[in-house]
Amino acid sequence: MIFKKFNIENKKARDLIPQAITVLALLSVIIYFATNAQINMGNRGISFGFGFLNQEASFDITFSMIEYDGSHSYGRAFLVGLLNTILVSAIGIFFATITGVVVGISRLSDNYLIAKVAEWYVEIFRNIPLILQIFFWYFAALRALPLPENGISFYDISFLTIKGWYVPKFIWTNFNIFLLSVIAAFILIYFINSYATKQREQFGKQIPTTIISLTTLILIPFITFLFLGVSLTFEYPVLKQLSPTVFTYAGGVSIIPELIALALALSMYTATFIAENVRAGILGVGKGQKEAAASIGLNKNQILKLVVMPQALRIIIPPTTNQYLNLTKNSSLAAAIAYPDIVLVFAGTALMQTGRAIEIISITMLTYLTLSISISIFMNWYNKKMAIKEK
Amino acid sequence: MNLIVKPSKENIKTFVPIGLSLVFLSFFDVFLNAFFNLNLMAFLPPQLSYFLPLILGLIGFYLIRIEFSGVRSLDILNKNINSNNFNALLTLFTIFIIIKSIPPMLDWFILEANFVGNSKDDCTGDGACWVFIKVWFNRFMYGLYPDAEQWRINTAFLILFAVVGVSFFVSEKLKKYFILFLVFVFPFLGIKLISGGSFGLEYVESAAWGGLSLTFIISAFAILFCFPIGVILALGRRSSLPAIRYISIGFIELWRGVPLITVLFMSAVMFPMFLPDGTFIDKLIRVLIAITLFEAAYMAEVVRGGLQALPKGQYEAAKSLGMGYWRMNALIILPQALKLVIPGIANTLLALVKDTPLIFVVGLMELAGMIGLAKTNPKWLGMAMEGYVFAGLVFWIICYAMSRYSQNLEKKLSTER
Repeated sequence: MIFKKFNIENKKARDLIPQAITVLALLSVIIYFATNAQINMGNRGISFGFGFLNQEASFDITFSMIEYDGSHSYGRAFLVGLLNTILVSAIGIFFATITGVVVGISRLSDNYLIAKVAEWYVEIFRNIPLILQIFFWYFAALRALPLPENGISFYDISFLTIKGWYVPKFIWTNFNIFLLSVIAAFILIYFINSYATKQREQFGKQIPTTIISLTTLILIPFITFLFLGVSLTFEYPVLKQLSPTVFTYAGGVSIIPELIALALALSMYTATFIAENVRAGILGVGKGQKEAAASIGLNKNQILKLVVMPQALRIIIPPTTNQYLNLTKNSSLAAAIAYPDIVLVFAGTALMQTGRAIEIISITMLTYLTLSISISIFMNWYNKKMAIKEK
Repeated sequence: MNLIVKPSKENIKTFVPIGLSLVFLSFFDVFLNAFFNLNLMAFLPPQLSYFLPLILGLIGFYLIRIEFSGVRSLDILNKNINSNNFNALLTLFTIFIIIKSIPPMLDWFILEANFVGNSKDDCTGDGACWVFIKVWFNRFMYGLYPDAEQWRINTAFLILFAVVGVSFFVSEKLKKYFILFLVFVFPFLGIKLISGGSFGLEYVESAAWGGLSLTFIISAFAILFCFPIGVILALGRRSSLPAIRYISIGFIELWRGVPLITVLFMSAVMFPMFLPDGTFIDKLIRVLIAITLFEAAYMAEVVRGGLQALPKGQYEAAKSLGMGYWRMNALIILPQALKLVIPGIANTLLALVKDTPLIFVVGLMELAGMIGLAKTNPKWLGMAMEGYVFAGLVFWIICYAMSRYSQNLEKKLSTER
C-alpha cells in the first residue's frame, strides 16, 4: 500500500532514486580508481603531470613529415606521430573512396561478369581481418620486391624496391605565391558557382560551371608560372653504391613500405564497406524518380547529375562518414608493422621511456576522440547541406 | 549498297557462327599463351599480336550482338555480357585476366607446391611450402598449450558442438534448457576444463593459450557478455532519466571514438595502475573486459537503431496493458527491435571476430600471432606468404559462414507478409 502511494504521488522521487544510485556507483568507481592510481604512483615516485612533454625525447623516428631527431621534445614526437596518422588516413580515405565508388557501381552493372567480380571483391576483402591484410602486404607481398640495384623502374624517374618506393621530389621556388593563387582560384570558383546557382534559380539559365571552374583552377596557377616567378623542378632518385653489395637511392622522396602496406590494406578493406554504401544509395533512389526525370525531358547525364546523385548521396554520406572514421581509427594498426603513427611513437616508444602510462594513454585516446569528433562534425555539416529542405 | 552490314535477324545465320568463332579464337589464343606459353599469332608484328585477341573478341562480340534474335541463349548472352561495345570490352578484359591469372595461382597453390616432408629443406619447388603449415598446424590451433593436455580443448569444443547440434533436433521446451545451459553453465565449465587447476587437471596458465582456439574462446566470451551490456546501454541511451541517459551517451561515444588498439594498450599498461597495489588480474581477463566493453558500445548503437525504428504505438499498447518498463521491454519491444537489426548485430559480431588478432599488443597470440611467431623461427624464415594466406583463408571461412548464417536467420525470422 505504502509503496503504491509512493509510486503515484512521487514520480519525481521515483525517477530520482535509480539516477542517484547510478551516479553514486559511477562516482565511487572513479574515486576508487583515482585513489589507487595516486597510491601506485606515489609508491613508484612519479607524479601526475604533463611536464614531460617538454623533455628531450632522445629516440629517432624512421619517417617524419616535419623536421625531427632525437634532440627534439616528446611533444614534437607526438606531433610527428599525429601527422603520420593523418597522412596515412588521408591517403587511405582518398583511395578507398575511389575504389569503393567504382566497385559499388560495378556491382550494379548490367554486365554479369563485372557485377560478379565486384561482388567477390567485396566478399573476399570484407571477410578477412584487416590486420591480416596488413601483415600480408607488408610481410609477404612487399617483401617479394627486388633489391634497390634491380628495382622496378618507371621510366627511370621512380623506382619500386623492397626498401620502399622512390619518387621524384618537388622543388618549388616561390611556393607561397603558387599556394595563394590556388586559394584565390578556389575563392573565385565559389563565387562563380553561387552566381550560376542564382542565375539558374531566377532565370532558368544554365551556365557550364564545371568547365569554367576547371579552367579557372588550371589557368590562374599557370599564370603564376609565367609571370610571377614560380617554378617547379624535380629531383630524381639516383642509384648509389654504398659498398660492393649495398645499394641505395639518393635524392627524391622515399615512401617507406610500411606506409604503402598500410595505405593499401586500409583502402582495399574500407573500399568494400563504401562499395556497399554506394550500392545501397543508388538502389535507394526509386525507379519512379528516374522515370519522372526522363518524362520531363532530361537526358541521361542530367538525370544522373540532377536527380539520382543528389538523392543517392543523401543515403550514402552518413554511413560513409562512419567508414572514414573507422579507417582513421584502424590506421592505429600501424603499430603492428612499425609504421611510426601516434600509437607506435607515443603510446609505444614514449610510454616505454617515460613510464607515464596514464598521461600518455589519455592523450592518445583524446587525440583519437578529437579526430573522430571533428570528422563527424564536418560530415554532419555536409549532410545537413545535402539533406531534404522541406518547405 | 551498305558496305558495313549491321548484324540483324536476317543475316543471323552467317554472322553468329563467324562472331562466335572469333570470340572463341580470341579466348583460345589467350588460353594457349597463359597455359602453354605459345603464341599462335607469332608471325604478326609484336604490337599487333599482343592486342589481337582483344580486337578479335570485340569484332566477334559486335557480330553476335543481334537484338531480338529469337535464339534464347543468344539473347541472354547479349543481355548479360554484351549489351554494348563498352560492356563487351569489360567482359573481354575480365575473362582475359581470369585466364591469365589461373596458371600462376595454380602453380603456386598446387603444382609447384610442396606437401610432403617435415623441414624447410623439403620445400624444393617454386610454389608454396605447405609443409610449413603442416608442421606448425598444432601450434596454429592450440598455441603453446602443452601437447598432452590438448584433449581438454578438444573436449570443450566437442561438447559445445554436440550441445548445439542436439539442440537443433529437440522440442521447443527442451531447447530452452539447452540454451540456458549454453549461456550460463557451459562457458564456465569449458573455461575450467581448459584452464584446469582442479579435479586433477593440470593448471595451464593463460599465457600458454593461443592459436585458433584462443580466437574462438575470446570471441565466444566477448559475444556472450557484450550483447546484454549493449542492450542495457541502448535502453539507457533512450531512457527518460537524464543522468542515466547522459552516462550511457558518454560511455558509448567514448568507446566508439577510440581505436581498439588503444583500449587494449590501456588494459595492458594503464589499468593495473588503477588497481590496489599487489592485485593482479590475468592478462586474458583484462583483454576480454576491454574487447567486451568496446564491442558493447557498438552493439548499443545497433540496438538503438532497432528501438528507434519501432512505432510509438508498440510502446503505448504495452503500457495500456499495464506492463511496467522492464516487462514492456523484455516482452514487447526488444524481441521486435532485435529482429529488425539482425544484420547490424551480425556485422558487429563479425567485427568482433575480426578484431581478435589485435590481442597481439598485449602479447597474447591467437592464429595471426602464432604465424608471426612461426615465421620468425630461424628454421622457417621466408614463410610469411604461406602463413598469412592460410590464416586469411581460415578467417575468411569463419566470417563468410557467419555472414551467410545471419542472412538466413534474417529470412527465417522475417514476419513480413
